[in-house]
Amino acid sequence: MNQTILDKLNAFAPGTVIESNEFRGDLTVIVPAAEIVRICRFLHDDPDLAFTLLVDLCGVDRYTPEGRFEVVYNLYSMKNRQYLRLKLRLEADHPKVQTVTGVWSGANWHERETFDMYGVVFEGHPDLRRMFMPEEYEHFPLRKDYPLMGIPDAIPLPRK
Amino acid sequence: MGLGAAMADGFVTTRLDSVINWARKNSLWPMPMGISCCAIEMMATASPRFDISRFGSEVMRFTPRQCDVMIVAGTVTYKMAKVVRKIYDQMPEPKWVISMGACASSGGMFRSYSVVQGIDQFMPVDVYVAGCPPRPENLLRALLELQSQVSEERPLGDFLRGEKIFVPEEGPVERISTPS
Repeated sequence: MNQTILDKLNAFAPGTVIESNEFRGDLTVIVPAAEIVRICRFLHDDPDLAFTLLVDLCGVDRYTPEGRFEVVYNLYSMKNRQYLRLKLRLEADHPKVQTVTGVWSGANWHERETFDMYGVVFEGHPDLRRMFMPEEYEHFPLRKDYPLMGIPDAIPLPRK
Repeated sequence: MGLGAAMADGFVTTRLDSVINWARKNSLWPMPMGISCCAIEMMATASPRFDISRFGSEVMRFTPRQCDVMIVAGTVTYKMAKVVRKIYDQMPEPKWVISMGACASSGGMFRSYSVVQGIDQFMPVDVYVAGCPPRPENLLRALLELQSQVSEERPLGDFLRGEKIFVPEEGPVERISTPS
């Protein structure tokens, strides 16, 4: 099944699969960031693949000079009982990517969380507010250059 | 014996402070500020096995207007700190605070950017309770400790000396730094 997915992706558009690997039967594909919505739409709509469920969407800060941020899409096809993991890489300066809420509306809160924690901007998101941190907060806590104990004075406390 | 013998002549003499304190310390109505797992132990404290009503504190009121002691039971995040403080401000004087458990007292195991490292950074605390979570016996011990503190106060004496009993706090929210 994994080879079928790769073949279908390559047939969909050349250059869709930048890199792929398989670990214990789970396929991971790195795809170009600019094409993510088209690729997701294809995987969702194709009747043979039918990845109708977005299990999770999250971010990774790899803290590398190039391709620092990664956005990970965990997909599941209930028809084929098949998982698929998509990854895309973004640069450190103003990371942004198109939203996939149009494909899976469940991506809404996942993208908000990824924005809140990593500062990845999802363009076209219907409601890109912070998920956990206070709305006036200015930092992104899960970035590797963010100190564990936070920025002093960043969050106001009530006065004693 | 007991009260009958003491009041054999129909009266007792005492200080008014003592009477006020006696009334206050034996009817400390808690404000159950249960915000995580410590709240389960706080509920157990109210259960028949431990029976907090032995000490006059069984009246858990879920409105701050009727409470005397706030039991902060759980992890207080920066976001929640504003809420805890607002509820504390709504409680009528006199009021006391029990900081229940490691999280409320010091941040506990959550040494992180999102958790306040001790509620005493933004509100006064009278008794700290150790434990993660504390056993109900430990919370009862804290209540007894608070009772002994209350019995040493001089409510009427302070009033007669002209000391303000309650000073309303106003002004902008102050930024308090996170310990590094």
